[in-house]
Amino acid sequence: MSLDRTDVDKIAHLARLQIEEQDTPEYAQNLSNILDLVDQMQAIDTTDVSPMAHPLDAVQRLRSDLITEENQRENLQSVAPAVENGLFLVPKVIE
Amino acid sequence: MFDKTLAELANGLKTGEFSSVELTQAYLKRIKAEDKKYNSFITVTEEQALQQAQAADQQIAAGSAGLFTGLPIAHKDIFCTKGVRTSCASKMLDNFISPYDATVVDKFNQAGAVTLGKTNMDEFAMGSSNESSFYGPSRNPWDTDRVPGGSSGGSAAAVSAQLAPAATGTDTGGSIRQPAALCGITGLKPTYGRVSRFGMIAFASSLDQGGPMTKTAEDAAMMLNVMAGFDKQDSTSVDREVPDYTAELDRPLNGLRIGLPKEFFVDDMDSAIAAQTQAAIKEFEKLGATVKEVSLPNTALSIPAYYIIAPAEASSNLSRFDGVRYGYRCENPVDLEDLYKRSRGEGFGTEVKRRIMVGAYALSEGFYDAYYNKAQQIRRLIRDDFAQVLNDVDVIMGPTTPHPAFQLGEKTSDPVAMYMEDIFTISLNLAGLPGMSVPCGTVNGLPTGLQIIGDYFAEQKLLNVAHQFQLATDWHTQSPQGI
Amino acid sequence: MEWEAVIGLEIHAQLATKSKIFSGASTAFGAEPNTQACAVDLALPGTLPVFNEEALRMAVKFGLAVDAEIGRKSVFDRKNYFYPDLPKGYQTSQLFHPIVGIGHIDITLEDGTNKRIGVTRAHLEEDAGKSLHDEFPGMTGIDLNRAGTPLLEIVSEPDMRSAEEAVAYVRKIHSIVTSLGICDGNMAEGSFRCDCNVSIRPKGQEEFGPRTETKNINSFRFIEKAILGEIDRQIDLVEDGGQVIQATRLYDADKNETRSMRSKEEANDYRYFPCPDLLPIVIDEDYIEAVRATLPELPDARKARFINEYKLSEYDAMVLSGDHHTADYFETVANAASDAKIAANWVMGELSKMLNQNDTHIKDSPVTAEQLGGLLERIKDDTISGKIAKQVFEVMWSDGGSADEIIEAKGLKQVTDSGAIEKIVDEVIANNSAQVDQYINAEPDKRGKMIGFFMGQVMKASQGKANPGQVQGMLKQKLDALVS
Repeated sequence: MSLDRTDVDKIAHLARLQIEEQDTPEYAQNLSNILDLVDQMQAIDTTDVSPMAHPLDAVQRLRSDLITEENQRENLQSVAPAVENGLFLVPKVIE
Repeated sequence: MFDKTLAELANGLKTGEFSSVELTQAYLKRIKAEDKKYNSFITVTEEQALQQAQAADQQIAAGSAGLFTGLPIAHKDIFCTKGVRTSCASKMLDNFISPYDATVVDKFNQAGAVTLGKTNMDEFAMGSSNESSFYGPSRNPWDTDRVPGGSSGGSAAAVSAQLAPAATGTDTGGSIRQPAALCGITGLKPTYGRVSRFGMIAFASSLDQGGPMTKTAEDAAMMLNVMAGFDKQDSTSVDREVPDYTAELDRPLNGLRIGLPKEFFVDDMDSAIAAQTQAAIKEFEKLGATVKEVSLPNTALSIPAYYIIAPAEASSNLSRFDGVRYGYRCENPVDLEDLYKRSRGEGFGTEVKRRIMVGAYALSEGFYDAYYNKAQQIRRLIRDDFAQVLNDVDVIMGPTTPHPAFQLGEKTSDPVAMYMEDIFTISLNLAGLPGMSVPCGTVNGLPTGLQIIGDYFAEQKLLNVAHQFQLATDWHTQSPQGI
Repeated sequence: MEWEAVIGLEIHAQLATKSKIFSGASTAFGAEPNTQACAVDLALPGTLPVFNEEALRMAVKFGLAVDAEIGRKSVFDRKNYFYPDLPKGYQTSQLFHPIVGIGHIDITLEDGTNKRIGVTRAHLEEDAGKSLHDEFPGMTGIDLNRAGTPLLEIVSEPDMRSAEEAVAYVRKIHSIVTSLGICDGNMAEGSFRCDCNVSIRPKGQEEFGPRTETKNINSFRFIEKAILGEIDRQIDLVEDGGQVIQATRLYDADKNETRSMRSKEEANDYRYFPCPDLLPIVIDEDYIEAVRATLPELPDARKARFINEYKLSEYDAMVLSGDHHTADYFETVANAASDAKIAANWVMGELSKMLNQNDTHIKDSPVTAEQLGGLLERIKDDTISGKIAKQVFEVMWSDGGSADEIIEAKGLKQVTDSGAIEKIVDEVIANNSAQVDQYINAEPDKRGKMIGFFMGQVMKASQGKANPGQVQGMLKQKLDALVS
């Protein structure tokens, strides 16, 4: 599997990552090498093998429907880059 | 004093040989003097450490001290520490003061431990050399031109250089065991779910597990006694009784059945490492163990499966770093997309971006079955291999790494070559099994590790096996030159 | 060409849990921005989700109510996309293994016919926060109080062929979730929102045309308008030689119109995969049966009972069982008044009129069911007439008080004393000799109608308080006596 510049741009956009243009070829090369590595998997027949998402066959535990969290806005927003009137600010979103 | 184990230091505190404040001051002084060489700490929490040490001394004086009270340790900078920068070695979180404590940190605080600081690591735990840290690489105390391994390289270097008697680490594909091996210390990756992941910044959620990095197996048992346990804040945490991990250390190894997978001895590994592993096995035979060759046929597939599953989970886990609520935000974003792309593009390093892109690609439309689903199927094959072997043997052993510590910069340009260094460690993470690395020799003056793998929740057994090995050998007591 | 519309709906119902689906923060509406967004809701590094058992129970209740398969093993997946009101950069949802599988409901149309609509699935997911676009120049403010509120997304089959059917379906789902008590159904606050997928095709054609999706509509009226408008728009477009382009349209609540999204339409690639922070939810038969045992009476069953027990007409029963607040109200009134027919008339008549005029929901009615029941009791026992009752009701609405208190205070008690009534009747007959003469000279079969005039005079003279039945009888008797 070989990725080109366009593929890298597409993936970078999907992942919202700015990649400098001069770095794109190296990313393309490295990503292609990684994909070659993982393509070894394709040689193995996994028909009838069910995928394993978790190491242990455990099931989800349930939490009681209780309010356990108090307002911590000041503490939690102390690390925010831009806040006004309790709202997180981002550049204007156009829908 | 700095060569003392946690167990010995605990005894010294108890007998009044020294106070926790004295101990802490000594370590802080040593870090200040020596860490320039190793860059093993990102943040040293001097003030907080001394406060904790004072409180510990009061507890000791009052007779209300626990087994861990007053013992200094370091935390990998992946664990959230309230009021202290928690960076994950990333520019993205360089300004992030965590508003809360990770469960592991909280447990150590409750036990009366003293936090010396936060250790260096690969950025977001993605790496096997510590070279992807925003704060510069940590260096191997055995040879400072070489890597300490990763991702918990700072923790390994700090313990090896005796800047901390013990440290926490996390292991997603070998990130405790590999640096432990490369720095000549003891490291334990517990069973998935044994240690809470709450507050441990996620790399790959289904693989990540916190664990101890120490001088000895006995110390690892002491650490795990504090770290392990059910946490209702972590859905993947296992609600299962925590045994006293020190209780079985002295059990003799008569009749221990050891499996030696033939796949753990590969052509392109360092032959001296293979020989040392065999020598270590001989020691176990002397201790009464029996050894047989076993097979884990899908071992080679663990690398491709891992390098799909881990990046896929990571690509999603790291989406929260978007410059909106915390962390790095680029200067003067012109619009929302610019805010996202530049904050993430500038805030993440190359390896992190690479893995996010691999993960995003593997999950994208049209590729899910060929990559992600396939990898999860192979994951089951790997788990089944282990299950079958562990029916016949008590523990599986082999080398932790195929090579000793490599040179800084040697593999940075070739990510795939770097990934191959994880060949023996990552299959355990895929299966969720516990594993340890203990020092078992040196190659050209560089330490090497023996990996010991057990069944789910067999940490007690692993610690027992490792402790008996350390009673019979002295590899774990060897220090880098000049330390 | 004759066109046929194909409509499928996705309804997002906020589940009425106290805390969020994956955290212990409150879900209460209307708090100060970000005061109900905890570390987990803000997706702080290292935080993890733990699933709320009540959200599960509520979803299973819904599944049982629409006769659906319940997922014995359901799994949370991550839907990955970037948006500032989505703190983790993914929404935790269920794509591959939803908690509720295939089910169905029956809707009743205006012409009285029933139609079965398929429910494809219903899955649990977390709500996003809110983006406030107008508070700061050039900036958008993000409030994450709503982030993590549990949602049940209910997906229909594309079984509806008209706006009327679509609205009937939405009303029915609304009625089910509110009856179950799993959603407060408050559309204005966004607790119950609807995405409409609309396409057209030539009648008789099998395959579907390209569809548009109009998102986040939060009123029944607008669902109808949006669908009607969209059908017309598509037909016009195609008949003018154009093509419908698959697209997402936005509902603008302020302007009450849809518009296409301004941002450049990207092919979405959500990169779904099972959430590794959450484990599969496994439930067994015992759990399901225990939930089934707690199910309240559902709208269809209640309607049937209203017909049987209260002898209501099909139509009245449908209207009164459509909303559980209305149904509860009606039953309380009917029992207090011991007369279902009069209770139904009043709830659907006078009460409904006042609620509409004042834009008030029945659950907030200033006149309680007990008050209204007391009032109707006084009609039944002839204390007041129906007409006086309306006056009493108006006082009740504006000033409160029981029927007896108001009747007493305003002196509205009906006059049943036959001596008093006779006196007024005699006066009216004496004062209207012209009309009396007309009565006497009229054909006998016209006389009945003419009594109305005298009735009016007597009631007027008694200020409406004379018992109409008694007045009627007495007038007839006295006037007929004059004829012979």
